[in-house]
Amino acid sequence: MSRALALKPGTGTALVRHIILFIVAAITLVPVIWVAAAGFRTQISLLIGEFLFTPVMTNFTEVLFSKTSDFLLNYRNSLIVGIASTILCVGTATLAAWSLNRMDWPKWVVHVFLAWALVFHMIPSIALAGAWFGMMRTIGLDNSFLGLILAHAVLNLPMALWLMAVFVRDVPVELVEAARIDGAGTPTILGQVVLPIIAPGLAATSVLTFLFSWNEFAVALTLTMKQTATVPVAIAKFAQDYEIQYTQMAASAALSILPALVLLLVAQRFIVKGLTNGAVK
Amino acid sequence: MAVTSMASAPAAARVPRRGRDPDGLWRWLTFAPALLLMLFLSVLPLVNLFATSFFNITWEQGQGIWTFVGPTHYQGLLSDALLHAGLTNTLIFAFLAVTGQMVLGFMLAYLVSRIERGKVLYRAIFILPILIPGIVIGAIWKLMMNYDFGLLNQFIGLFGLGPHDWLGNASTALLSVVIVDIWHWMPFCFLLFLAGLESLPQDVFEAAKTDGATAWQELRYITLPMMLPTIMVTFAFRLILAFKVFDEVYLLTGGGPGTATEVLSFTLYQRYFTEDRMGYGSAIAVMVIFLICLLLVMAAGLRRATEARS
Repeated sequence: MSRALALKPGTGTALVRHIILFIVAAITLVPVIWVAAAGFRTQISLLIGEFLFTPVMTNFTEVLFSKTSDFLLNYRNSLIVGIASTILCVGTATLAAWSLNRMDWPKWVVHVFLAWALVFHMIPSIALAGAWFGMMRTIGLDNSFLGLILAHAVLNLPMALWLMAVFVRDVPVELVEAARIDGAGTPTILGQVVLPIIAPGLAATSVLTFLFSWNEFAVALTLTMKQTATVPVAIAKFAQDYEIQYTQMAASAALSILPALVLLLVAQRFIVKGLTNGAVK
Repeated sequence: MAVTSMASAPAAARVPRRGRDPDGLWRWLTFAPALLLMLFLSVLPLVNLFATSFFNITWEQGQGIWTFVGPTHYQGLLSDALLHAGLTNTLIFAFLAVTGQMVLGFMLAYLVSRIERGKVLYRAIFILPILIPGIVIGAIWKLMMNYDFGLLNQFIGLFGLGPHDWLGNASTALLSVVIVDIWHWMPFCFLLFLAGLESLPQDVFEAAKTDGATAWQELRYITLPMMLPTIMVTFAFRLILAFKVFDEVYLLTGGGPGTATEVLSFTLYQRYFTEDRMGYGSAIAVMVIFLICLLLVMAAGLRRATEARS
């Protein structure tokens, strides 16, 4: 793509570029690898800082299967909240993006709604967490999955709305009109004409929404208790123990980034598309 | 991303009426879920927050007792030392972290756009920190910066330096948090800048080359001006997120030592949840939201100014 952009670099400058990039890549990767490796160490090996160590599995088995650890439960909770809130959020956002873009809403409705979504997106979630906590407690949804699912869905709604609006705009008007002339109603048009066209955009938005829900901490901290705690809440607990189990903390940290790693490997294209769409278009 | 959504509104409105759905029922059915979600979970809580900020709430046998105190909480904001520290640190933090991310991210994107091989691999590696939970980034760097065994102290030990208590020392704690945030979000700036660089029209560069422009001239007079919109959007987006910083601080320092890394979101958390002062905490939240709206208006003005100039 940028072949034309490159100044036909001499081998010297190309080498310098690769050396710099290699160093930055190392700075990016080494902390992650070092911590993942710490998950395979004994506490003593980590504390005395030996460079070569015999890997042990005790931290992982301890974190995953010990009676005192809830990590598997936390993992399950995070999956439930992540998947449910993603479906709710992206579904809602896609319909709304279509509605605001292609149906005859007065201009002010579109403007006010998008401006509100923008302001809402900028408010620190901890500021909302307080109000949510109070509301959820009143209607008995505190310490329930539904409360956190709703909260995550609305937290990610502005981003999903914005992304889906970009993808929906690319749907050709002619195609929709042709379908309508053929007698198709709105559900048929959305399902059979629009959906196939926006599918890649839908995938990109869903992947990001899921990851943001998986990563969210402040609201999960305030709306969950022991039984409903998500992975980030569990990891924060490690750091607050009086005697920090460093190696177990490292093992759980490594386990918690697995979904991100898997998605990065299989869906890098969608992640890049989602993250960059807004700024460039 | 967020900022340009403002710009999308006129574009959406400009779509010709042709091809628009005349179906009134479906117009409502498709919009209603998002509208309801927003009304009940964003408008209502904010109204709630505003109302709560005029009350004192105490608890007796699980029952909240609300006492109206008028604007007392707002007067209290002015003399809250913790809040002052939080505001100051947030400003310093946001300025240093966002500047660092922008500059490094741009340099990196510029380098990657100019290599022939390995682009996709580098991009995959650099994206990784964006996808890691903030709290896990906190955990990673709490281990990395540990006084006794952290890799950072082991590394500077190779040069006969240290060991240094990065997070426990008041003079370096905030800087350490800034470094962690740069590590976390520089990749995001990089990614947006790389996408921007790759979407620039190539003919201008061809012309410049024919005219014998040096690489520096090309960067200064073509690339940077053409990248300005992307740079502005990235800047605004990052600045807003920097003001929201919470997760990393929660795990790395808990606002300490003393108030060295106290940031706005954390002050809010402490006052509202830890000290259980719902009324006063709500007043802080209202103030933070007001500040953000102010920032937004300024950003919109800045945007209009740059658009008018170009």
